Formats: sequence, C-alpha cells, structure tokens
Amino acid sequence: MKIGFYPGCSLKGSSREYNESVIAIAKALDIELIEIKDWNCCGATAAHSMNEELSLSLPARILALAEAQGLKEVVVPCAACYNRLMVTQHELKDDTKREKVTDIIQMPYSGELKIINVLQMLESYAMDKIQEKVTKPFAHKVACYYGCLLVRPHKILQFDRVEDPQSMDSMIKLIGGTPVDWAFKTECCGAGFSVSRTDLVVRLSGNILQDAADRNAEAVIVACPMCQSNLDMRRGAINETLSKPIDIPVLFITQAIGLSLGISPKELGLERHFVTVKM
Amino acid sequence: MENINKVSGDILKHTGVDVSRCYQCGKCTAGCVLASEMNFPPSFLMRLLQTGTADNFERILRSNTIWLCLNCENCVGRCPMEIDIPKIMDYLREQSLNKKKLHPDAKPIVAFHKSFLDSIKKTGRLYEVGLIAGFKARTFRLTQDVKLAPKMYLNGKLNLMPEMIKDRKGLGQIFVKTIDNPKTKNK
Repeated sequence: MKIGFYPGCSLKGSSREYNESVIAIAKALDIELIEIKDWNCCGATAAHSMNEELSLSLPARILALAEAQGLKEVVVPCAACYNRLMVTQHELKDDTKREKVTDIIQMPYSGELKIINVLQMLESYAMDKIQEKVTKPFAHKVACYYGCLLVRPHKILQFDRVEDPQSMDSMIKLIGGTPVDWAFKTECCGAGFSVSRTDLVVRLSGNILQDAADRNAEAVIVACPMCQSNLDMRRGAINETLSKPIDIPVLFITQAIGLSLGISPKELGLERHFVTVKM
Repeated sequence: MENINKVSGDILKHTGVDVSRCYQCGKCTAGCVLASEMNFPPSFLMRLLQTGTADNFERILRSNTIWLCLNCENCVGRCPMEIDIPKIMDYLREQSLNKKKLHPDAKPIVAFHKSFLDSIKKTGRLYEVGLIAGFKARTFRLTQDVKLAPKMYLNGKLNLMPEMIKDRKGLGQIFVKTIDNPKTKNK
C-alpha cells in the first residue's frame, strides 16, 4: 500500500515524535509513505487570520505539488494542516477563487487529491492488520482527545461525529485499551495562542486535563501536535494553576498503537515528552 | 433578496455569509471557550453586523473579540442556521489589520502571526527558533519561556537550523502577490 505523506512543520520540529511514530507504525502495517517533494508550511492560523488569498495559496501549492508528483491520496497527520488543506480544497471549488489562486502559485491544480487524516488512514487500510499484530495489548484507561480541527467544520471535513467522535475510541478498544466517557473530547485547547496568550492556553488546557484526571484516565490520547504540545509542554505552567498537579502523559494515537504492536518506546519518540510516559 | 442584501451588506459580498439568518439563539456564545474574555461575545457581534451601521462596524474592528476567536469552529458546528462565524472573523481581522484599528489585546497575537509568516516567507517552512526570536523582538517579552527552550532542545524538539525548501523564489512570489501586495489591502 502506497500513500502520499504531508508531515507539516510541527512533525519536523517540536512534535518530532509524532512523525517518528507515524513512520514506525506505517512500516509495521505495510503502508509505504511517500513524502510530497519540496512541501511548504500550510500557513496555519497565522495565514487565515491575516490574509485570505495567502491562506488559500500556501495549501494550494502543497496540493498542486502532490498532484504533480502523481499522488492520488495524501495522509496529513497534523489536525491543523489537515483542516487547512481540506478547507482550501473546498474553497477552491469556486471557479473564481481557483483561477486567482492558480495564478498566484503558478502551478496547475485539479483539486482531485484525496486528503485524509491519520485516523482515516488507519481505518481504511490497517484495522485488520492492527488487530492481527497486537502483541502487547495497550491495557490502559485513556481519554481520547480529538480537539477542534480534526472534526470541524463537519460540513467540509465530513469526518466522524462532531460532538462525540468515535474513531479514536474504536482504535483504543482494538488495541486493548478502555476509552473513558468524558466531556472535553472536542473542546479547544487554545491552539495557536500557546506563545502569544499562554495565560488562555493554560486555562483551557488545564480544564481539559482536569476532566481527564477526574475520570481516572491514565493518559490523554491525541492526533494533533498543537493539542499535544499545549497539554504536555505547558504542563508546568498548567500545574501551577491547579490545586493538585496532574501527571497524566499525553500520547499520540500512533504511539499508543505502536506500543501495542511491540515497537520500542524509543522508536516511537516517547522519551521526547515533557510529562514522563511509563506505559 | 433585497432585504438580505440590506441586512448582510458587505459581509455577504466579501464572505458569502448571510448574517441576517442569525436569530440570536446564543448557542455560539454558550459554546465559545473564550466568550468571557471578549469585549462582546459572538452572538452580540452578529447583532452588531445586522444593524449595518458604520459605527457598529468600527466598534467590531476595534474589539478584542475578533482576535480572541480561536477559530475552533465550535460556533458554526452548533449554529442551527449553520452561519459560518469563523469565516466572518477572518474577514474582520483582515479589515481591522488593514485599517489599523487593532485592539491592544491583539498586539501579541498579531506579533506571533507576523513572526510565523516571516519564517515561512524566508524558508518555506516554519522555523520555530526564528519564530520565537521574531516574536520576542516584536513584543519585548525576552524572558518568556526561557525555561522551556533548553528542555525542548534536549528532547530533540528544536531544530537550531531552519529547513529550507528549494523553490523559495516561487514561494516568495506567493507573498508578493498576496499579503505583501498593497492592492489586496483595504479592499
């Protein structure tokens, strides 16, 4: 199975372990990932907060490069990149916008690429294989945290249930874990305000962690580098605001699956987390 | 249609979103995680837009509301009329920025966005060290997160050198034709 791959900037920097774990489990599940050549940043929140044409052109260049490389389907592990690419493809169905943007990027663009997130990739191509290859069941009680951009806006992404998504929960059950029933599955962590308004991120992420802790989750499972870094790297500041510190680790879904497949914690980048992972 | 145009005016023209559909149920505000921090919540912003007056539009562009919107899309997800408020927020931010009507609360947020885009413009990809340096230079928050950086580095989460894409010229042109183009501003 061959599939296109857009890692995005976080996976090459502050969320390197997400990249490592995606690559490790893809290999174990016989999925060959072909990286888009010379890809650029999707523009994230910065671009769409400042200039609409820029916010469409940056993702359009990525999609055009993938098309030029002959890729039919691309997996985008970062929820924020996934959202930007999907929204761009949707917006560029409008002829006027498409003409304008293709003129800006100076590249042909058909808009026919299939864009999927990491959960969709696993759901489509690997569920049987995961079940077959689980050697060390991930027997933990966990809170599956989807965040915002993986499921919203539903009208465009068409992925999972918008208020109570289930795909990650099903995967956790498949590898032997128990997802807890909790209230913050899709509540925002503060996302891109991590540096500019840390105070707000600390409050929002603290609420999320508090609910996970109150439901006795042993870990929070995520599929977005932004959620992961806000809940993990900001834990020191978050704990300063809580009555009792929370030491629940935050794992990427690919790391949880990797552990169940018997892949070493080192290969999955578990040592890179700020909050120690002992699972 | 005449009435829709009257009530939704420029917003409809620029974003395709019809603000006249809002009947003030307040679900967007109830689900907004930062509503309490805002000068006025999203449902009130919708009401201000419906009035179509220049004074109210000015009040919106000068508010912190538009900058505190995280674009988490919860409001549109829950809106019974499926009104795309985040899309309106994007448009209002761009207007507030171009017309230089920024609320003081927005300064660090805009500084972050600008540093972020600077990094992409130069290298094609986000260079986190450069982003933070740019942000600190813009906000004078020199000591922020100094404890975080060494640990990030030790955990292998920080690249000291940027990753450069090959076609930086083509990428630079995207900026020249969009955000750096004076013609696209104040439209």
